[in-house]
Amino acid sequence: MGQQIVNGLFLGSIYALFALGYTLVFGVLDILNLAHQAVFMLCAYVALLLVGSLHLHMFAAFPLAVLAGGLLGIVVDRVAFKPLRGRSDSNISGLISSIALATILEAVGLQLFGPDVERFPLGTVPDRGIQIGGAVVSEIQVVIIAIALLVMGALTFLLQRTRLGRRIRAVAESPLAARILGVNVDRIIAAAFFLSSALGAAAGVLFGLAFNNVAPDMGRAVELKGLAVIILGGMGSMPGAAVAGFALGLLEVFTVAKLGSSYRDAIAFGVLFLVLVVRPHGLFGKAALREA
Amino acid sequence: MRFAGRLTLVAASFLFAAPQARAETVKIGAAFSLTGNAAAYGAQQKAGVLLAAEEVNKSGMLPGITLEVVVEDDGTNPQQGIAVFDRFINRDKVSAIIGPTLSTLAEAADPRAQEQKTPVVAVSNTKPNAITTIGDYIWRVSLTEAQVIPSATRAARAKLGFKTAGLLYGNDDAFTKAGFDVMKSALEKEGVQILGIQTFATKDRDFNAQLTALKGLKPDVLFVSALVEQAGSIAVQARQLGYTGPMLGGNGFNSTKFIQLAGPAAEGVLVGTAWNRASQDPLNQKFIAAMKARGTDPDQFAAQAYTGVLVVAEAVKQAGMKGGRDDVKAGLAKVKDLPTPLGAFSFLPNRDGDHAAAVQVVKGGKFEILQ
Repeated sequence: MGQQIVNGLFLGSIYALFALGYTLVFGVLDILNLAHQAVFMLCAYVALLLVGSLHLHMFAAFPLAVLAGGLLGIVVDRVAFKPLRGRSDSNISGLISSIALATILEAVGLQLFGPDVERFPLGTVPDRGIQIGGAVVSEIQVVIIAIALLVMGALTFLLQRTRLGRRIRAVAESPLAARILGVNVDRIIAAAFFLSSALGAAAGVLFGLAFNNVAPDMGRAVELKGLAVIILGGMGSMPGAAVAGFALGLLEVFTVAKLGSSYRDAIAFGVLFLVLVVRPHGLFGKAALREA
Repeated sequence: MRFAGRLTLVAASFLFAAPQARAETVKIGAAFSLTGNAAAYGAQQKAGVLLAAEEVNKSGMLPGITLEVVVEDDGTNPQQGIAVFDRFINRDKVSAIIGPTLSTLAEAADPRAQEQKTPVVAVSNTKPNAITTIGDYIWRVSLTEAQVIPSATRAARAKLGFKTAGLLYGNDDAFTKAGFDVMKSALEKEGVQILGIQTFATKDRDFNAQLTALKGLKPDVLFVSALVEQAGSIAVQARQLGYTGPMLGGNGFNSTKFIQLAGPAAEGVLVGTAWNRASQDPLNQKFIAAMKARGTDPDQFAAQAYTGVLVVAEAVKQAGMKGGRDDVKAGLAKVKDLPTPLGAFSFLPNRDGDHAAAVQVVKGGKFEILQ
């Protein structure tokens, strides 16, 4: 029982970390960036190269991989979204072009690293377990849950209390009004992509570390779950993505424990459906007043 | 003058015919992947068949007959495999074909041999319910997973004496699902109580929930049917959760990639295998020594390829020392309890091979035979 709670929190923190990046871009641009999972995958490889080939310590490799993810995010914006911005159908065309970019990035990963599953070298992170009342928690799990909570706190602070955060919120409210007020909208959008993809990169590296598993198709494991999380939490809502991430993780784990793993996705998506029937905008979503 | 000429011709043909009858050559075509993706297997197989042919010729097992093995490269490519088969059948006029290395190539090339009524002995194709279903000229030495798992389960139970088991498998992949079905029926046959069954999807990388649930049931052993991509993560997570009992894996675990991915968590994991390398059978020991003397440390592929040639030689013997294609086919049906490095070898009625399988255990980062 205790062990399953730990398992659920752990899985949930990875979902939440991944979904926060998704929802940040959606909140600002009303666009789903489906290349997010490719950034997730490529940055896991970046960390693997830094640790495996350059023999950097994980504490050095992690921030570098996250930085690489942020820069890759700016590339994603420039290539997949910026050329389409301002068109009347940019929501749909941007969605499609981000799928194309995801396919390209995945193919690049496949070419560079091959189809085989890789793992971080043994001993990259200490493989010790901590006993907490019958449950075993490994150090990497504690670190991942802590990083997820820390990042959520930092992101909330950034959006609510800083100049950049205020500008991001202003652009989210109305790009036109923000531009009139002297905000460089393109730069703010680039900053949002940088933050979003840095979060995706962090999730990717931690995922690879936690499951000893880095492969060109690893993003598929979280892509759909991440979408479910942001819909459940309310599109564009940061606290929503965090709460829904943990909720989905716990829900999946307890379905496996109580009903059996065959029912896992059926229950998870069934609950998603019910929530949307009762609350069409998700747990924390606001009704779309903005459009009026 | 004409009469005399004819006489000398008859005499000459008599003179030439006599020694030919005493040293007939039976040709075997061996199609292996010597280049391409499966090249690592092909090199072992080539060394195995060449050694076997040499030993058969030296042993006097086939008086008056010399075995000649022609090895060709199928390039790990179906088109090239078909071309090699055509060459064997039409130009080299072989009595039987051994190979090709991979099941996918066999499915492309074997129908050619079936059409031309040329016997094929598969020595490394393991796809279940396939290959030998192509036709009555196709025979198989290599055991399928459906054959290895029951035998490995029996052997592992004899050593470890488990009474209860937990099962974990991927339910959206044909191979892992088939492996699970075999595991379940093998456990039921052995009277092992199945406490719980958990599933996962191919793209899953987190198995903590399933493993925690299974661990809570306290099974004596964990049976896992997974691809190698998941196998490593499953072993690591099971050990992290504090599961210390034995684990038996399907074919996905049967690779050094699994050991690399799982690291120390791979220790003690059991995997079925067709060749018991540690068998003290003198024939097996002699085979290993002879291979090593030729500079090859033999693996399962070499042992199965070696056995393939022995089986064809036995078929020729059973057919009354005749090496025609239909003689070999008739002889293959009579191969029974033939001593080979794989153990006593027979064919099942469906032309799949039958011999005892063994269990490997990971020890010190390497596969060893469970003794």
